[in-house]
Formats: sequence, C-alpha cells, structure tokens
Amino acid sequence: MNFFQIISEIEKVDPEVYDRLDSRRSIFKHMTGLGQKLSAAAVPLALGSIFNKVYAQTPVGASVNDVLNFALSLEYLESYFYQRSAAGSGASAVTLRGGFSGTNLAAIDLIRTDEANHVTFLRSVLGTAAIADPGAATFDFTGGKGAAGGPFADVLTNPLTYLAVAQSLEDTGVRAYKGGAALLMSNKTVLTAALNIHSVEARHASRLRTMRRAGPMNNAASQGLPVSPYNAAPKSWISGTDNGGAGGSPTGPTAPIYGAGNNTGAPTGVTFDAESNTTQGGAVLTGLPNTTGFPASAFSEAFDEALDVTTVKTIARTFVVNGNNFLA
Amino acid sequence: MSDNLQPRGSDDTSFAQPLYTPIKRRSFFMYAGATAGATALVLAGCSKDNDPVTSSNLINVGSGDTGVLNYAYALEQLEAGFYTRLRTGTYYTGLGSTSAEKQILDDLYYHEVIHREFFKAAITSGRISDSLTPDFSKVDFNSRTSVLGTAMAFEDLGVAAYNGAGQYIASPLYLTLAGKIVSVEARHAAIIRDLVGEATFVGNDVVTLTTANTSGVTTNNAPANSSLERSKSPAEVVATANTFLAEGSKLDVSGLK
Repeated sequence: MNFFQIISEIEKVDPEVYDRLDSRRSIFKHMTGLGQKLSAAAVPLALGSIFNKVYAQTPVGASVNDVLNFALSLEYLESYFYQRSAAGSGASAVTLRGGFSGTNLAAIDLIRTDEANHVTFLRSVLGTAAIADPGAATFDFTGGKGAAGGPFADVLTNPLTYLAVAQSLEDTGVRAYKGGAALLMSNKTVLTAALNIHSVEARHASRLRTMRRAGPMNNAASQGLPVSPYNAAPKSWISGTDNGGAGGSPTGPTAPIYGAGNNTGAPTGVTFDAESNTTQGGAVLTGLPNTTGFPASAFSEAFDEALDVTTVKTIARTFVVNGNNFLA
Repeated sequence: MSDNLQPRGSDDTSFAQPLYTPIKRRSFFMYAGATAGATALVLAGCSKDNDPVTSSNLINVGSGDTGVLNYAYALEQLEAGFYTRLRTGTYYTGLGSTSAEKQILDDLYYHEVIHREFFKAAITSGRISDSLTPDFSKVDFNSRTSVLGTAMAFEDLGVAAYNGAGQYIASPLYLTLAGKIVSVEARHAAIIRDLVGEATFVGNDVVTLTTANTSGVTTNNAPANSSLERSKSPAEVVATANTFLAEGSKLDVSGLK
C-alpha cells in the first residue's frame, strides 16, 4: 500500500488535498497509531475514516448558511403540509386519505418521507446554525393566514385542493432551489447537495401534476390526459404559465408561482423570467433549426425558470399565519 | 443538536460508529470522505502498471464551462436521437393518437430536440461534433418495455449527470441554465418511471431513500435517509452513455474536474 500514491489520486479530485493535510499534520499521527491496531484488511476502511476527519473540517460560509436556512424554511413548509395527510394526523387526514387511490396515497406518503428527510439532512449540514423548527402552528394551508376565507379553504379535506396546493408548493420549491444554486457556487459540496434536492422536488411536482390530471382516485395516474390551459389538468411539466397554475386563473392566488421574479441583485447574466419564457441565454428558442412544426408550447416547457429569494418568500408566506415572522 | 458542541470521541470510537447512527452535523461529509479514501485505494491498486489508454477515437468534450456544455450537448444529442428514433418503431406508431403515452413521448421528443438545438446555438466556439452517432442496437423499438425502460435510463442518467456537473461550472448563467434544463429532465424521469410502474417517480435506485450514495466523486454523496438525487460524476455517466454511442462517437470527459 503506497500512501503517497493514494494522496496523489485524491489530488486529482481534490486539488487542495495537500493543503488540507498540511494544515492538520496530526493526521500522520493517526496513521502511526492505526498501524499497530488494525489488521491489513481493515486498513482501507480506517484510511477512509482519516480522510473523513480532514473533510469534516470544511467550513460552511455565512452566506451559504443563509441560503441553506432559506431552503430549510421551505422544506419545513412542505414537510408540515404533508404531515397533515399522514395516517394518525386526525379526522381531516382520515378524510383526505380516503379520497386517494392506493398508488396515489403511496405517492403522497413517499413525498412526505422525502420532505422530512430533506429537513433532517439540511439540519445536519447546518448544525447549530440551523433555524428553529417553526412548528405546525406557523402554517395555514388554506391561504387565509389564520383567518377564514382563504383561497384553499377545503385543502385539508378535499383531495383535489390538497393536490393543487401540493403542486404549488413543489413548483415553488423547484424555482427556489434553481434560483439559489448560483448563490452556493463557493461550496461545491453544498451546491451539489442543493442540486440533488432540486431535482427531487421536480420529480415530486411531476407526480403531483400527473395525479391532478387523472384524478386522486385513479390508480392509473400516468394515463390521464392533460387539458389546456392546464390549470386543472396539467401536464407533468409547466406549459407557458399554466394559466396561473392550480389556483385557476392568471389573476388567481398561484399565478405568482409561474410569473416573473425580481432581477435586482441577481448574479451576472441571470434573470428570473416567467415560466412562459422562450429565450434562453440569448438564444431565441422558437427560431432554432429542426424545430419546424413543433407546438409553440414546447419551447417554454423545455426549460423551467428560476425565482429570486424575495419573490419566493412572498409566495411562501401565503401559507404563514399573520403575525408570524417565518420566512419574512 | 447539542452533540455538535461535544468534543469528538477518540479515534477508535469514531471509527466504530455504525452507519445507522442518527444523522448529526457533518455526517454528510463523513460519508463523502469515506468514498474518497476507498476510491483512491482502488485507483492506487492499478495505476502503476495499468495506465488508462486514451484512444484517439474518443471525442474529448474539453474542459471548463465549454467542456460542461459540450458534455450536456452530447447527452442531449443522445436523448434527442432516442426520442426521434422511437417514433418509427411499432410501439409508438401503434399508440392511439390521443393516448397519454403518445402525448408524453411527443412532448419529450420536442423538449429534447429543443435542448439539443439550444446547446448547438449556445456553444459558439469549441463545440464538439453536431452529429454524434448513437448505437441503439440494444433497444427494441417495437417493445413498450424496451422503449420505456431505455427512456427511464436516459432520463435518470441525464438528471444524475447535470446534478453532478454543476460543480464544474464557473458561470452563474450557465449553472442556472443547467438548472432550468435538469428540472425538466427530472419531470420527464418521473412520468416515464410512473408509466413503467405507478408511483415510482422516486425510488432508492435514484434517490438516497434507504441507502447512501457512493459516487467516485465525493461531492455527489449523501447519507441514507436523506432523499437526495444520486448525482454521478462525468466518468460514471459516460460509462453508461458510451454504451449507447457508436465507435468514434464515444466520449472522453477527463477534462471535467
């Protein structure tokens, strides 16, 4: 076993490995002690553990923490939402669960597991820098902010409304992570983790849309047909602005989820366009070769759009009770 | 989270921590580190007398942001080629004109061709060949199972590829553009998986639901029970992608790091 050859290999994926090692010479002390205690077969595992110690020191910067806490806030919003349909969560959960077919219920339960896992994961990355658990009382998923008459008044008992709000939360999350990515570029590990949550949120959004177009009691959700303008029976991807999304109209409560954001302070070259955008990186998609005869909708569908933190917070606070500063 | 404030245990006790220890701060990085060591060992065992031979027959995507864009362009060429080709097979031609499956496969064809043409337009210098030759000899385009199974492999691979390549991008604009595409690929992956088996839009094969991710590039890794996408390094992606590319069109991604 050639220790220095191993370091050389690691250098290929981590050019700073020598710096990391040099700044913590005690690693070589670990090596000496280990040799006496471990059999040859155990050495590879032990060596991995030594590198754990080095990598574990990688600091998470303050601004990165801010972005991660923003992400954690959104995960709490989602996690508490799905908790409302969990078995054992009261009479409304019984009603909700009774309104879904078996595979659709399994899908909702799976999404709930994912969102709870995301909360746990982000807390583990943030450590003591993580925000406090906001608690269930922070949220009002009717959109009434604690008062009666919210736009989704029957969200906790009507599966159709529940799916509509779920889609809205997931599509918002996808746009939020996409907008946050450029703010995490200084830490490749955190950036990659965020990207790896981003795509899972997109998978959720896709499934929720699939269930909405086939209906909550339909076990064959993937066989449902979308109906233009896609607010009630959407495609699995966003088409134009989906006529304002699950809220039902271009002036409805979910319309901002599919609209343009605020470009103030955006990283160079980045713009927060509406989901109907068909110009990407300066390229006008509708004029591209080999796309003759494509439906106009395909050009906006092919690209999702990012959203800025401020706009996302405004959207998310639709579900925060008045007087609570969560996500403010 | 008070555990964070406690001093670390002795070396021996921390080595002995079981993998199922509840997630604490930094455990994400611990898993990442474990793979770094393990991978290096594997490489160390063979690099002395078994240097990889770089075939001049490979298409080198290059390095830097152009390299990442070329990498994405190559994968989009592959996907677009697949969705174009399937339109002549009897599985697709036999679908009802208003069936959900036909509408989905039509949209995927449009989206992937648009992605391909976008990259072709966006990479103005140093672009790889516009006409990579796919090899779909393993696909039976007359079989629903074969077509959807391959589509699932491509879409899941595309998501893992974009996620794993974001870390090599220097420009915020390009990173955001990649994000705009990857979430659409993830939406594709989810519906294709649901067509193959309802409610399989996520699964432990693509998301760290019950087991950790173990990519050769440690930044991709996440612990079990974290529900993160299993992103892959460019080398891991082309190990699969190259099996769908003809001789002379296979990719060399060694410049992406």
